[in-house]
Amino acid sequence: MNNSPYILWFTECDRSKQNSVGGKCANLGEMLQANVRVPPGFAITTHAYRQFLSARGTSNEIARMLDELDVDDIECAEETSRAIRQLMSETPIPPAVEDAICYAYEELCAECQVADLPVAVRSSATAEDLPGASFAGQQETTLWVRSASHVLIRTAICWSSLFTTRAIAYRKQMGFPHDKVHMSVGIQKMANSRAAGVMFTLNPINGDRSKIAIDSSWGLGESVVSGVVTPDNYLVDKVTEGILQRKLSPKLIEYIPNHAEGRVEIVDVPQERQTTSSLNDDEIINLTILAKCIEGYYRVPMDIEWGIDRDLPFPESVMLLQCRPETVWSSKPPTRVIEHSGTALDYVIANMLKGVRVK
Amino acid sequence: MSENNGSNRFPSPFNVPTPEGCEGWQDLYPYYYVFSDDRREFEDNRFWFQDSMHHPEPLYPFDTITCESWWVALGEMNTRVFIVPPALGIDHRVLNGYLYISALPVPNPDDIPGRVAHFMERAGYYYRHWDELYAQWQAKAEEAINELKSVRVPDLPEMEPIETVTQGRGLTSAYDLIVAYNRAIENMHKMWHLHFEFLNLGYAAYLTFYGFCKQAFPGISDQTIAKLVSGIDVILFRPDEELKRLAHKAIELGVADVFKQTVNPTEVVSTMSASEAGGQWLQELEKSKDPWFYFSTGTGFYHLPRSWVDDLTVPTVAIRGYVEKIQEGKSIARPMEAVQQERDRLAAEYEALLQTDEDKKAFREQLGLARTVFPYVENHNFYVEHWHHTVFWNKMREFGKVLVDHGFFNEVDDMFYLHRYEVQSALYDMIGAWGSGGEARGPKYWPSRIAKRKEIFAKLKKWSPPPGLGEPPEVVTEPFTIMLWGITTESIQNWLKPAGNVGDTKQLTGFAGSPGTAQGPARVITSVEDLALVETGEILVCPITTPSWAPVFTRIQAVVTDIGGMMSHAAIVCREYGVPAVVGTGFGTKSFKTGQILRVDGNAGTVQVAE
Repeated sequence: MNNSPYILWFTECDRSKQNSVGGKCANLGEMLQANVRVPPGFAITTHAYRQFLSARGTSNEIARMLDELDVDDIECAEETSRAIRQLMSETPIPPAVEDAICYAYEELCAECQVADLPVAVRSSATAEDLPGASFAGQQETTLWVRSASHVLIRTAICWSSLFTTRAIAYRKQMGFPHDKVHMSVGIQKMANSRAAGVMFTLNPINGDRSKIAIDSSWGLGESVVSGVVTPDNYLVDKVTEGILQRKLSPKLIEYIPNHAEGRVEIVDVPQERQTTSSLNDDEIINLTILAKCIEGYYRVPMDIEWGIDRDLPFPESVMLLQCRPETVWSSKPPTRVIEHSGTALDYVIANMLKGVRVK
Repeated sequence: MSENNGSNRFPSPFNVPTPEGCEGWQDLYPYYYVFSDDRREFEDNRFWFQDSMHHPEPLYPFDTITCESWWVALGEMNTRVFIVPPALGIDHRVLNGYLYISALPVPNPDDIPGRVAHFMERAGYYYRHWDELYAQWQAKAEEAINELKSVRVPDLPEMEPIETVTQGRGLTSAYDLIVAYNRAIENMHKMWHLHFEFLNLGYAAYLTFYGFCKQAFPGISDQTIAKLVSGIDVILFRPDEELKRLAHKAIELGVADVFKQTVNPTEVVSTMSASEAGGQWLQELEKSKDPWFYFSTGTGFYHLPRSWVDDLTVPTVAIRGYVEKIQEGKSIARPMEAVQQERDRLAAEYEALLQTDEDKKAFREQLGLARTVFPYVENHNFYVEHWHHTVFWNKMREFGKVLVDHGFFNEVDDMFYLHRYEVQSALYDMIGAWGSGGEARGPKYWPSRIAKRKEIFAKLKKWSPPPGLGEPPEVVTEPFTIMLWGITTESIQNWLKPAGNVGDTKQLTGFAGSPGTAQGPARVITSVEDLALVETGEILVCPITTPSWAPVFTRIQAVVTDIGGMMSHAAIVCREYGVPAVVGTGFGTKSFKTGQILRVDGNAGTVQVAE
């Protein structure tokens, strides 16, 4: 490996490598260093991406096409986006990069002792996880990818997702130069989730930072992330780790791997599991501890994707899949409890005058 | 209540029929303590609720002294002493023997701002000088108890002792008897004034902090707020600590096996006194008794049930349990250090979650005030309802004994079927006859009347009082109503739902009193005499628990009570013992039956039938 490797294992990633591995992979590396359980994997670095673009002068061609673009003209923007992605798909991956990816994938298979290990291929752009500059919706994720050749194909698609119409328009709007955003790709062992979802280290309904709010449904977490099910919702007190609220919803479908066909499919949840809680109390509390640990590490409210692996015993089964700083409440001014500061007696009187509404 | 289904009104007190055979029940109570046409307009326009927390049973005529005392004292402190801005006192009425109470608002809201200034001056003084005033209070309370103990109840001799003559006394046993009675009654009133000297202010400060936490950390559980505030070294736990000490002593002295043979107090005492080591243990027992066994097995509000010092059954059963635990190598010590550390951790972490310095400051100040007031809130109960009242009821029995001796009553406890004014009349009847040498009317007058009253009382006991009367108000501002009785939208709505038949109910909701979940067979207990029936692993379902039941908590899996708020004693004790509790379910004892398998969720405040 030289100074600018094409591959970095998650165990080698941290915040200082954000320019090489993007926000998402950097976070996973940080979490590993904080002893959080994360499925193993590696990042295909932005160096590999740049190598791909420069090997045949593709980047110059893209720059030229973007220069001519008027983003307010939607048809024109879509045409440019299509052309750029077409160009990228026709560009071969340089052999050195290809070798590095294939070699790393085989090594991951060996480490997990599974041939053709199913992996998730996710984009990890260098700007996407910054608070206040959410590139939400432009990330590309493919689940249950098996074999090195499919990993290569999906990697190229991730790279080109940097040039969807929306991504282009968004960067323009936010004032990010196109050539300053680079794409790393994370290759991560698929968690075979029995239940999975998203949690926030605050209550997303009111911004209350004394709570952990967990959304959970059966199968892989994509059903929660994409919003195709109404998940079970749990509210936990961050300080006492006591479960304050359990709102169960009928969970009608789930994403599960079809091993025979080697892909993820959407299936109906059998009736008896639809209304049962997708998490038990031990799992809820374990997730809470995980969330507190992650927030304690970053010192800002966090948005966390997690899964409970069906192939592993509890508590090793509780996995962090990815995390990023929460952006909605974090960008608002802090909420205040008291309007006028005063003495303790002032508060007593104010409270007495309020009373308790009983009807 | 069937005619009220679906309505937001409870029945009018004037439309509640007298239970059959209870006609004339009003004669058991003073004229001012019952609903009447004279005040109908006022009474019919108020919301009354049955105080089943303190008075779940019909009131013995004599025992109304505790209700009447708190009626006066609570009201005065709100209305005349501290000038609580939005609230006056709590009014009382008895209906079919049951106590109904009603929080009185300030009639003209325009008066409230003017009241604020007075409250700031008066309550502010107490909050600022809390520690010194509280120290003074403890001295006053002990002095009042000693005063009561020193009241001597003389018998009426055939002839006054010669000293009456030789010392030129000029006064007699009859005079002493009347003075003694009046002093004891005055002492009761004094004690209840002391009871409320700090309590309203204490609750107000606690509720303020409670409101802040609920606003800053929406959904935070009541028990977490209580944990932030609760005292560590609480007198309420001291009686139980004494039992643990006696268990250790029994092992140390090699006499613990006595408890394996018997828990009958008489047998324990006689077996112990047969050996020297046992004698030493009995001396230790005596050391614990005063004052720590002046601990009612009920609320203390009534002359029944008796206290530990009167009946050692609860202590001996508990000591046996502790002896067993110690011998199994289990620790029975309260984890004081852990409780303290947890309390400090919670406070620091919640404070850190607040986002502005002003909020952090307000949190610290309000928590500080709540902690300042809390030892009183937790401890007054031992001084007044337990220690003092144990002495009081026994002192009253001494008067009852004199009246038995003079043929007025068949047995001492008949006295409690007379109101205190009637007892005073009976005493006059007796001393008049004693002095004049004539015939008292009492021995012909009272026994038949008491027999009739006992009949009425037994029937009243079987009657189910509606939980409320009249129309609920929109807002409750009276601190006690909120804190102690837990009156909320939900509790009132729960009351408006009629109770189903026993065994039909599948789920009840109450306050999450103490965290944790448990499943097990129910044991429905409506009086303390049945406590002995409780078996290991059962779920105790009762109207209310009192601190002295604590020893039974080491045997049971969970507690469900009909009545009780976040600071009810059941909740405090359960949290300390780590027993899950759901309090204030309204109808637990009426809905569940012994043997049903219940699932209790002390985190969510629900009780379900498991089958």
